[in-house]
Amino acid sequence: MSTTTAVKQDGPSSVAPATTVGSHVRDYWRRVRGGDIGALPAVLGLLVLCTIFSILRPSFLSAGNFANLFTQGAAVTLIAMGLVFVLLLGEIDLSAGFASGVCAAVLANVVTVLGYPWYVAVAAAVLTGMVIGTILGLLVAKIGIPSFVVTLAGFLAFQGVVLLLMEQGRNISVRDPVLVAIANRNLPPLLGWALAAVAVAGYAAVQLLRYRNRAARGLVTDPMAVVLARIGGLAVILGLAVYVLNLERSRNVLISSLKGVPIVVPIIAVLLVVWTFVLHRTSYGRHIYAVGGNKEAARRAGISVDRIRISVFVICSTMAAIGGIVAASRANSVDPNTGGSNVLLYAVGAAVIGGTSLFGGKGRVLDAVLGGAVVAVIDNGMGLMGYSSGVKYVVTGVVLLLAASVDALSRRRAAAGGSR
Amino acid sequence: MSATPLLELRGIDKSFGPVQVLRDVAFAAYPGEVTALVGDNGAGKSTLVKCISGIYPTDAGQFVFDGRPVSIHSPRDAASLGIEVVYQDLALCDNLDIVQNMFLGREKRSGIVLDEPTMEQMAAETLDGLSVRTVKSLRQHVSSLSGGQRQTVAIAKAVLWNSKLVILDEPTAALGVAQTAQVLELVRRLADNGLAVVLISHNMNDVFAVSDRVAALYLGQMVAQVKTTDITHAQVVELITAGRSGGLGLTGDPATNGNGAAPAGSTTGGVS
Repeated sequence: MSTTTAVKQDGPSSVAPATTVGSHVRDYWRRVRGGDIGALPAVLGLLVLCTIFSILRPSFLSAGNFANLFTQGAAVTLIAMGLVFVLLLGEIDLSAGFASGVCAAVLANVVTVLGYPWYVAVAAAVLTGMVIGTILGLLVAKIGIPSFVVTLAGFLAFQGVVLLLMEQGRNISVRDPVLVAIANRNLPPLLGWALAAVAVAGYAAVQLLRYRNRAARGLVTDPMAVVLARIGGLAVILGLAVYVLNLERSRNVLISSLKGVPIVVPIIAVLLVVWTFVLHRTSYGRHIYAVGGNKEAARRAGISVDRIRISVFVICSTMAAIGGIVAASRANSVDPNTGGSNVLLYAVGAAVIGGTSLFGGKGRVLDAVLGGAVVAVIDNGMGLMGYSSGVKYVVTGVVLLLAASVDALSRRRAAAGGSR
Repeated sequence: MSATPLLELRGIDKSFGPVQVLRDVAFAAYPGEVTALVGDNGAGKSTLVKCISGIYPTDAGQFVFDGRPVSIHSPRDAASLGIEVVYQDLALCDNLDIVQNMFLGREKRSGIVLDEPTMEQMAAETLDGLSVRTVKSLRQHVSSLSGGQRQTVAIAKAVLWNSKLVILDEPTAALGVAQTAQVLELVRRLADNGLAVVLISHNMNDVFAVSDRVAALYLGQMVAQVKTTDITHAQVVELITAGRSGGLGLTGDPATNGNGAAPAGSTTGGVS
């Protein structure tokens, strides 16, 4: 119990002195060593992969390819964002891939076959996702079938539903200009800069307000230098990204100009902010973590565990629907394989690579975005290197396995640290 | 020592089907005192606690809380009266920090946004009020705490809500020597702060270290509730194992003594 006695002299935490940058860094390092590594592997992996690919294939670093990464990874990232919620409870949704396919099929049918405007089609697709999620959630929470089995059944059944909606394998094109724009058009360069500025300003306002609020109440705050570094870091990353995306990417400027932030990027950013807010700033999000950490404790605290379990499946399938819409937009059509093949496993991989635990209770929506970036970089980079899709699958599988082992090992490490 | 109990139970009966678990139990908990509830496995301690906390309905009997007759039908009723139970398995979420655990299910909000600063302040005040000095940061995850610290958090969670009666189910069962001392000190401090504390324990050392009164259950009957200073270690053990000790406990009348439920009980007068 040396730790217990050692900290006794520190006095009550409420009057603890303000932390310095040094102690903040040491704290972070201790958490990492204690098994709480968060998104560190994903960030490091991203850096390593980008370095390797840009040395081997300089075209990897081109503005055109950078823009491609976003549109290629968008659908998987969106599905992974929804999966984070399900994984937080220690459940799994294997049907998310084909659920996105079903929703995309609904979208295509409504907009192309029935001829309704794009917003009706989008609403129908999102509603389909919600219904699918509600059914899955009810089966898991109320009947008590393991989510693995329910969603595996969903995986098979939805594959069939897509086929039925496609009238035996015919593909349906999506020509609506708004829907096509989602994954194929770009923001005007000025608007890109404006949105980036708004994002940085908003982030700075939130961070500084929190700092002031906590300091005014005499609570422990992160050092001001760290807060400023975070804001500065976001500004640099967003600034660089917008700058590169605003470069001319067209092979021949005379025929058409191609520059600006892809429209799908702000869509992902807004959903990232919304879901992060829900998870970390509302009691609903707090309850999701609680149910994922200790279901019995959550139940005794008066949390309706069943309602939480159903709701995460609804969120997951709804995000799958949005992923399906983006996929349909990117392909300009929906075919029986939309949301099939590797989509689901890439999405689960993205969430886990980003640092979301398969055991529940640990994960952030940002993980899905970082992990989605890793998956997209692998897919894209290996494609540029001319590897076959066989090799790509194997490498992605190995990376997923690596991420899962990091998760399991850090969990063991944390358990060992906790029982100290 | 105040003379009027905060919570008084009279004539509590509880059966599960054909098995009568509690018969005509009377029990009292006094503000500012630690009442130890002792009894062998299966004597009905846990059932009694679950009746008090509203998890089980009682078949018969009266609850008097703060001088008023009350009825407790659900854990919510118990919580609104100010009765909190700290269960043996703690019910903390490892992946949440101390503040998040203490406010779990009862988060403070402004609008739809969680009011973290207020919660952190209230948690700090509560821990300060209990003179808890062993946790370094309120924002550390519960998984990084020692067993004693976890027990401390669980107890602090129970007293956060201006509770009046705190029931602790074997708080020291899984702890080492130093941590047991810490937790017992905390239990004592709860009573000194004016709360009524009920301590369920198997450990006679703990019972004699902190309690003001001892209540002994024997096969579903309350055989004695006396001041700790008026009783010896050996007498408590006798009450637990045989239901009587000298002038205390069950009278020799076998008619009132476990008719049929456990005939062995009436023949073991001379144990220990």
